[in-house]
Amino acid sequence: MVDIPYDRIADIPPAEVPDVELYHPRSWWTRYVFSQDAKVIAVQYALTASAIGLVALVLSWLMRLQLGFPGTFSFIDANQYLQFITMHGMIMVIYLLTALFLGGFGNYLIPLMVGARDMVFPYVNMLSYWVYLLAVLVLASTFFVPGGPTGAGWTLYPPQAILSGTPGQDWGIILMMSSLILFIIGFTMGGLNYVVTVLQARTRGMTLMRLPLTVWGIFTATVMALLAFPALFVASVMLLLDRLLGTSFFMPSLVEMGTLSKYGGGSPLLFQHLFWFFGHPEVYIVALPAFGIVSDLISTHARKNIFGYRMMVWAIVAIGALSFIVWAHHMYVSGMFPQFGYFFATTTLIIAIPTAIKVYNWVLTLWRGDIHLRVPMLFALGFIITFVNGGLTGLFLGNVVVDVPLSDTMFVVAHFHMVMGVAPIMVVLGAIYHWYPKVTGRMLNDALGKFHFWVTFLGAYLIFFPMHYLGLLGVPRRYFELGDAAFIPPSAHSLNAFISVVALTVGFSQMVFLFNLAWSLFKGEASGGNPWRATTLEWQTPETPPGHGNWGKELPVVYRWAYDYSVPGAEQDFIPQNQPPAATRVVQGAAS
Amino acid sequence: MAVALILLLVAIGSVLFHLYSPWWWTPIATNWAYIDHTINITFWITGFVFVAVIAFMAYCVFRFHHKEGRRADYNPENKRLEWWLSVGTGVGVAAMLAPGLVVWHQFVTVPADASEIEVMGQQWQWSFRLPGKDGRLGTSDVRNIGSDNPMGLNRDDPHAQDDVVIENGDLHLQVGKPVKILLRSVDVLHDFYVPEFRAKMDMVPGVVTYFWIKPIRTGTFDVLCAELCGAAHYQMRAKVIVDEEGEYHAWLEQQKTFAELSLGKAVVKATYQSGGKTYQSGGK
Repeated sequence: MVDIPYDRIADIPPAEVPDVELYHPRSWWTRYVFSQDAKVIAVQYALTASAIGLVALVLSWLMRLQLGFPGTFSFIDANQYLQFITMHGMIMVIYLLTALFLGGFGNYLIPLMVGARDMVFPYVNMLSYWVYLLAVLVLASTFFVPGGPTGAGWTLYPPQAILSGTPGQDWGIILMMSSLILFIIGFTMGGLNYVVTVLQARTRGMTLMRLPLTVWGIFTATVMALLAFPALFVASVMLLLDRLLGTSFFMPSLVEMGTLSKYGGGSPLLFQHLFWFFGHPEVYIVALPAFGIVSDLISTHARKNIFGYRMMVWAIVAIGALSFIVWAHHMYVSGMFPQFGYFFATTTLIIAIPTAIKVYNWVLTLWRGDIHLRVPMLFALGFIITFVNGGLTGLFLGNVVVDVPLSDTMFVVAHFHMVMGVAPIMVVLGAIYHWYPKVTGRMLNDALGKFHFWVTFLGAYLIFFPMHYLGLLGVPRRYFELGDAAFIPPSAHSLNAFISVVALTVGFSQMVFLFNLAWSLFKGEASGGNPWRATTLEWQTPETPPGHGNWGKELPVVYRWAYDYSVPGAEQDFIPQNQPPAATRVVQGAAS
Repeated sequence: MAVALILLLVAIGSVLFHLYSPWWWTPIATNWAYIDHTINITFWITGFVFVAVIAFMAYCVFRFHHKEGRRADYNPENKRLEWWLSVGTGVGVAAMLAPGLVVWHQFVTVPADASEIEVMGQQWQWSFRLPGKDGRLGTSDVRNIGSDNPMGLNRDDPHAQDDVVIENGDLHLQVGKPVKILLRSVDVLHDFYVPEFRAKMDMVPGVVTYFWIKPIRTGTFDVLCAELCGAAHYQMRAKVIVDEEGEYHAWLEQQKTFAELSLGKAVVKATYQSGGKTYQSGGK
C-alpha cells in the first residue's frame, strides 16, 4: 500500500531558486529591536502574546474565584466580572492564540521549513509586529481608562455593546474596536508575507507536497485569516461609527435606560453574521496550525512517517474551505430565519468527516511506531484526547436542534475551551518544548516539563469535562452569580468550587513552565543542532540557533518529503529532507 | 506502562462520570423530549468514538513505546483503510444529523391550533402579554413606550385594548395547550430561557422571534435570560407557572387588560427628547 516513494527526485523539476540579497542589520537596535529577521520577529511576537496571555490567565483566576465562591470576594462586582470574561476571551482567541501561531510559529518556522533565507517582505514583516504591539497596548490601556474595558462579552454583540447598560460603554468599547482594527492591519501585513513566502520562496526541490504539515497548517490558516478578518474589520468600523457618529448599521429603534434612543433602522443580526463569518474560520485559524504542528510532533517522536500525508493535506484544505460556510451554527437561537438551520447543521456536521480523518491518521501514525514519550509527545497525546473530546461535543452543538437547549449554557463554555482552548494550547506547549532547542540551543528541563504536562493536561481535563454537565443541567454562561434557581442543586455549586480550585492549580503550574523557560536559557543542557533526530529542514541549519540568513552560503536542496522516518534499509531511523539519494544522482548546488 | 494506563483511565473515567453524574438535565416539562432523545443518540455515538480512539491510542503507547532496538514500520498510506474510516464516519454523522433535522422540522413548524402569547424583554425584567377575548395581539411599537404603556401597545389598535398585560408578574400557561411564544425586546438582545422547556430563542430589538411548546406537566419554573444583556443580566428573572385548565382561567380572570390599565390615567402624549428630534407616542 506504499504509494509515496521517498526517492522521487526525477519527478521534480528542480527549479532554480534565486538567492536573495538580505537586509543586514547595522546596529544593536536594528538587530534586536527593529529587526527585520523573521526569527527575531517571531520571538517578539511570542513574548508579546505570552505577556498579554498572562493577563488573560489572571483574569480567568478572578472569574473562577467569583464562580467558585460567589459573594466571598468583595473586590469583584458584576460589572468587573463581565469585563473579565470579555477581555479573557478576546485576548485568548485573538491576541494570544492567533498571534502566537501565525506571528510566532509562522515567522520562525516558515522560512526555515521551506528553506528560505527570510520572509519575502522583511520590512513589512517588521511593521506587522509593531502594529500588533500597538494593538496589544491599546487593548491593555482599556484597564486604565474611565469606565474600564468593555464588558460586552468577546462577541461584542450590539446593541448592548455600545449602550449604557453595559460596562465600558464609554471608552472601553471604542478602544476595543480600535485595537481590533489595528490588529487586523498588522496581521494582514504579516499574513501576506507568510502566504507569499510559502508560494514563492521555497527552496529547490521543496514541492508543495513535500512541505511539512506544520507549514500546510499555518499556510492554510493564514489564507483563511486573510479572507475572514476583513469581515471583523468592517464590523468593527461600522460598530465604531454607530457608537461615535450615531449611525445605525446595527441599531434598530430602541429604548435606552427608559428613553427612546436616537438610533433606528439597523439590524443587530447583521453584526452577528459579520462577526461569525470571521469568528468561525477563526476557530480553524487557531486549529489548523495546531493540526499541522501536532502532526510533525507525533511523526518525529514516534519515529514514523505521518500516516496518510496526502489525505492530511487535503483534509486541512477541505476544513479550511468548509469553515466558511458554517458560521451561522453560532446563531441557531439568534432569531435568524429558522430554515437556515438545515443548511448550517448539514455543513457543520460534514466538517466532522475531514476532521475525523485527521484524528484517525494521528493515532494510526502511532501504530507500530517507536514512540518516545518525551515531553512534546506527551503534549501531542494530550492534544488528541482534548481535541477528540471537544470535537465530539461540537457534534452536539452543530446539530441545530440539539443546540437549542445547550446554547448559552456552560456546555458551550466547556466545549469551546476544550476544543479551541486546551487542545491548541497543548500543541503550543508541546511545540515550545520541541523547538526551544532550535531557538536557544538548549534543552528545556525534562522533569519540570513532565510535571508541567501532567498538571496541565489532567487539570484542564478535570476543569472542562465536568463543566459540560453543568450545561446539560441548564446552568447559563456569563452569569456573575447563579442566585436562586430551583433547578440548580447545591452540588452544582460544589462542582463550581472544585473547578475553581483545579483552575487555580493549573494556572500556577504555568509558573513552573515560565521558570523552566528562563532557567534553561542559561542552565539547560546544550542541545546540538538536531536533538530529536528530525527530518525537516529547520533542524539541518549549519548553526543553532540559526544565523541571519538561516543557511550559510548555499540554500539547501530538498530531495524527499518531510517524513522519511524508519525507512527500511536506511542506516539511521531518519533521513533529512536535504540528504541526497545515496549516490544515485549527481547533486548540483543550489546557488548558481 | 503508566502513560498508557493514565490515558485509558481518562477515557474510562469520563464514561463512568457520564453514567453516574448527579448533574443531568432537568425533568422535561414540554413536548420536546425529541430533543433529549437526539442528545442521547449523540451521546452514544460520540461516546463510542471517544472510547475507541483513546483506547486505540493507549494501546499503541503501551505496545509500541520506545525500547532498545525497536524500529518503526514504514507505512505512508493505506487508501482502503482511509476510505473505510471516512465512510464509517459519514454514516455516524448521518445517524446524528438525520434525527436532528427531523426534530428541527418539528421545532420550526408551529401547529395551527397554537395560541399566541408575547414575552417582552427589557433591561432587566420580563413582561408578558396575552391576546385577550378577541384572540389577537394588538400591534405595538417601541416608540409608544411610556410610563403608562410599558409594552408600547398601539392605542388606536382595537385588538390591543383587550390584551392582557402582565408587568412584574408571573406568566401562567395551560397544560396540554400548544402555545406559540412571540418574543420581543425593546433595548438589547435577551433570551427567554426556561431549562425545563428545552426550547429557547433570542429576543432581538426590531424583530419578533418565536418558538412553540406544549407544556406537558404542571409546575413552577424559573425564567432566566440566556443572552448577555448588560450589567444585571444574571438578575433578570421571572417565573412561569403551568396550570391545569381551571386554575389557569381563575388566574386569567384576575389579570388586567390594556384598556383597564389605561383607565383613569389621563392619556398623556409622552414626549421624548433625543438627538434633537421629537418622537410622539400615543395617537398616531
